[in-house]
Amino acid sequence: MATASAPAAHPETTTGLDHRKLLMWAFLGSDCLFFGSLVATYLLYHGKSLTGPYPYEVFNIPYTSVSAFVLLMSSLTMVLALAAIQRGDMRGLKIWLLATALLGSVFLGGQYFEFTTFVEHGLTIKSNLFGSTFFTLTGFHGLHVTVGVIILLSFWVQALRSKIKPEQHLNIELAGLYWHFVDVVWIVIFTVVYLVEAPNIIT
Amino acid sequence: MATATGALPRFLHRPTTYNGIWSWVVTVDHKRIGVLYGASALIFFLLGGVEALTIRTQLMRPGSTAVSPDVFSQLFTMHALTMIFLAIMPLGVAFFNLVVPLQIGARDVAFPRLNALSYWVFLFGGVLLNAGWVFGGAAGDGWFAYAPITTSTFSPGPGMNFYVLGLLTLGVSSVAGALNFVVTILNMRAPGMTLMRMPVFTWMALVTSFLLITAMPVITIALIELGFDRFLGTNFFNSAAGGDPILWQHLFWVFGHPEVYILILPAMGIVSEVLPTFSKKPLFGYPFVVFSGLFIGVMGWGVWSHHMFTVGLGAVANATFAITTMLIAVPTGVKIFNWLGTLWGGSLEFKTPMLFAVGFIALFIIGGLSGVSHASPPSDAQQQDTYYIVAHIHYVLFGGAIFGLFAGIYYWFPKFSGRMLNEGLGKLHFALMFFGMNVAFGPMHWLGLDGMPRRIYTYDTAMGWDFWNLVSSLGAYALGIGTLVFIWNTVATLRKPHDAPADPWDGRTLEWAIPSPPPIYNFREIPHVHARDDFWHQKYTEGADGRAVPVPRGGAHQPAAQYGQGHEDTHGIHIPGLSYFPFITALGLGTAGAGIALQQTASLAGVIVMAVGLLVLFFGAYGWAFEPAGPEE
Amino acid sequence: MVVHSLRIPWRLIILASLMLVTVLWSGCYPSNPQSTFDPAGRIAREQLTLFQIIFWTAAFVFVVVEGALIYAVFRFRKKAGQQPLPKQTHGNTPLEVTWTIIPALILVVIAVPTITTIFAQADAPEGEVVRVKAVAHQWWWEFNYPEVGVTTANELHIPINKPITLQLTSQDVIHSFWIPKLAGKTDMIPTRTNAMWFEAEEPGLFYGQCAEFCGTAHALMRFRVIAQSQAEFDAWVAAQQAPPAAPMAREFGLKGCTVCHTVNGPDAEGVQERRMDGFRQGQPQFPAPNLTHFATRDTLAAGLLERSDDNLRRWIQDPGEVKPGNRMGELAGAYHNANQSLSDADVAALVAYLQSLK
Repeated sequence: MATASAPAAHPETTTGLDHRKLLMWAFLGSDCLFFGSLVATYLLYHGKSLTGPYPYEVFNIPYTSVSAFVLLMSSLTMVLALAAIQRGDMRGLKIWLLATALLGSVFLGGQYFEFTTFVEHGLTIKSNLFGSTFFTLTGFHGLHVTVGVIILLSFWVQALRSKIKPEQHLNIELAGLYWHFVDVVWIVIFTVVYLVEAPNIIT
Repeated sequence: MATATGALPRFLHRPTTYNGIWSWVVTVDHKRIGVLYGASALIFFLLGGVEALTIRTQLMRPGSTAVSPDVFSQLFTMHALTMIFLAIMPLGVAFFNLVVPLQIGARDVAFPRLNALSYWVFLFGGVLLNAGWVFGGAAGDGWFAYAPITTSTFSPGPGMNFYVLGLLTLGVSSVAGALNFVVTILNMRAPGMTLMRMPVFTWMALVTSFLLITAMPVITIALIELGFDRFLGTNFFNSAAGGDPILWQHLFWVFGHPEVYILILPAMGIVSEVLPTFSKKPLFGYPFVVFSGLFIGVMGWGVWSHHMFTVGLGAVANATFAITTMLIAVPTGVKIFNWLGTLWGGSLEFKTPMLFAVGFIALFIIGGLSGVSHASPPSDAQQQDTYYIVAHIHYVLFGGAIFGLFAGIYYWFPKFSGRMLNEGLGKLHFALMFFGMNVAFGPMHWLGLDGMPRRIYTYDTAMGWDFWNLVSSLGAYALGIGTLVFIWNTVATLRKPHDAPADPWDGRTLEWAIPSPPPIYNFREIPHVHARDDFWHQKYTEGADGRAVPVPRGGAHQPAAQYGQGHEDTHGIHIPGLSYFPFITALGLGTAGAGIALQQTASLAGVIVMAVGLLVLFFGAYGWAFEPAGPEE
Repeated sequence: MVVHSLRIPWRLIILASLMLVTVLWSGCYPSNPQSTFDPAGRIAREQLTLFQIIFWTAAFVFVVVEGALIYAVFRFRKKAGQQPLPKQTHGNTPLEVTWTIIPALILVVIAVPTITTIFAQADAPEGEVVRVKAVAHQWWWEFNYPEVGVTTANELHIPINKPITLQLTSQDVIHSFWIPKLAGKTDMIPTRTNAMWFEAEEPGLFYGQCAEFCGTAHALMRFRVIAQSQAEFDAWVAAQQAPPAAPMAREFGLKGCTVCHTVNGPDAEGVQERRMDGFRQGQPQFPAPNLTHFATRDTLAAGLLERSDDNLRRWIQDPGEVKPGNRMGELAGAYHNANQSLSDADVAALVAYLQSLK
């Protein structure tokens, strides 16, 4: 972990944020451009595939909605985990960290199942523009979630071994920032990728 | 967390050495990392220079056969990549590292080990980018690498794999470094160092860092898409499956134009430091210089399609981007006028840094003006992809960025080496550079307007291009000789004993208040800043007629006393601990990248190399995570 | 004055500058084949006019700003033994406003003709035009005249004083279409079709060259525009529409030339696309020039060589020697399969056959 230092005494020459928090915010800003470029590629190629399978042939919107709901709920448990450590409730921290990691894992399992179903329907990353853009965009999001789950589980293990102290709540707060960001990105992806297709599927 | 180190193998116990080569591997000191960046960048600069001279040798005569067409393609591709990503960018970062913490009165950057990681990832990324030379051919589709020529169908060799992996690795380094400087500059300024008291170089470092953070992810996505096309068979740029080549161009230039400002803003910052020092006057119109820099940084995002005027985006798009491009000339002009205002009425002393800074202005004006002629799409239709553009970019990036960076090297060299470079050799270096630059790149304007396209390895004598190509090549050799003079000067100076005073140029900013070379902790006491150019105001005051008047020596305002340099007591100064892990992590990342790049040529070996790299990477990251940030207790 | 103390040889400098300007000036209207200073049609002329407006504006700015810089450098040099330090000026807001507004106004001078020219050149004038579909290939040019059913390569015949409207595309990588004396560049991009137009005001031969890096032989991807009177153009079209002048030589078929080259009239719909698909799938084929009326062309190998028996022999024996990297040398069975290799007699027969394709 990087240097934890107290905010300086002269507010006009510092943002007053901890270095690591500022770093996280700047990194998430950078990550916005990362996902922005992926989403832009997806939108540019939307409906441009020369061959199938097409989105409406493979999407299962109710299924994906449930898994999106699971990921959103994990943001709630993340908030509860941070609240727990901030009031010194280490037992609550352990519970909510594990809950968040589990909800994230359920989402990842859902994504794995979705991907295998798509492959069975003949849609691979090589099939067409839709396959290439879909798997790349959602795959990189899944990778972000995976990293998040690893971080959460690391903190959970630390908490189990009493290696994490209530005054280190910033660690949990940073993990939370990252986690919420990943959730928000999923809301964007879910809207752009799945909901834009929804009318095609219902009719 | 400190107890976790006990779980590590004995040889990985926290390094403690501050001497010898090994101490450079484990260093987290921003000054040493800056020196590493600078030295590596200069070596890559020489490599890029050799590539340039080979290109000019091939083009010196019509129908020359010095190199084969494919080697020529690799030379111009690698020359551009080397100069942009491995010379100019890291030289800028070298100065961020060396100068920014000193200018803001800090003891180090916010994340010293992340800083070391940035350097090592940069080094391995540079090696990876060049590895193609050894493994069957370097990248040869131009640094811009317009799809679909970069797909496996048209570029089956390994060169483009090294391009993708090399640039991805360098992107990691750039973003990590830029994040560090954003946090350092925003959070770690000394008391009293408000944003509008910051030296302009630090300002430009901040703007550049923001540009890096936002521009790099865009090229990262473009490279990932290209890499997936090559390694996984996706269709992003596969025109047979409907993949649109223009997607690459948009992603590339949305990154590429901010990148141009990433290259030039640090040089502009350096010039804004050097001119006031050697004019004995404050920078004219400081807020205007700062805000024009900010404005350029923001506007840099709205002009990318001027690289694509011949793509057929339509009259409306071309007209729009023509206007935004012309608009960006205004803040650039404001900077130049303010530099002139700084010189005006000053007491100009032409030491080598000042010569390069004034040379920068003179040449950058030419580059800026020629730029206006291709901001106009109909005029650009004749200039696009000709030597006219080659002339333009070299006036901007050689006459501009490189001259600015050389000004910085001569300016700050005494501060970090403790030795003064030879003035006579410095002036000879400048003269050869200024002369060689104009002889090499001036005629290219003409060649371009005379119809000579870029990136051609040969031309017919019937085209009438012989004479100016010959002249241009001779100018390039003059640049080569100038560079040799510089190397001679540097090497000879480094063999001398320390002779540089703390403040050789009568400087204005905080770095000149501390000894040359600075102690590892920089400042014994964190300075309290009361004004812009605080150190200058410790030395001088303004008389009734507005002229600067020296403050009497020995008084209460003596600079050394002010910044606590008189004390011997260094107890309690916090120095970040040394660490192996940035190096190990970067080594793992670079090795994994090499393994991926090798997949197509030697799949089994590639997989093994990649697996080893990933193991090393995870080991480095794991060790890092459990290593305390502070020194070993 | 500073000037005296420096002993700068002003006269010499002025003389040298004048000489330099004279040299540059005399070079400004050359007859070099790809000079942009010698436009022969409206598009290129307007592009040059715009460049000249910008050039002279920039020259004015250049003289003023560099002049101020040089003046400052000499005027404010620190003099030996100079004691008082300079006046500490920090800025001047009216001045800042001035040097923000004046460049902006100067840019308006450039922006207005820029915008009008962009829109004026966007569409071809009303009335009769000649339509051409140009397809770029590594590393040659295919020209189709859909209205008259003609396919040719590397030599674009056009009538003078009539707008030529082009549909530009590519089947492999990005190329760029450029005839310096007639029109600036328009890129040729796979999956896209770009429109452009130009016209020639005088008969003559104009050089064109690919301007976007497109691979190994990019430097050698040239073409020619032959502008001629309407009558000459019509005669050329008629000759191209004629049936092949000679039956296909036996060697042409045996050696596999027909895999890539058509010799029996204009290319059939989709034939080049099929060759390209074959190449993508790893077969030894690539889109190649239609040779039906090969002997009516002046050059071969994308404008590289004049068409003569000797040059044709040289080309057929070793295409890679003439044009390194080209697909014929890389792929054709004649250079890679023992049973298709070319004897001297084969080459002579092919040369004779091709030269008979009037």
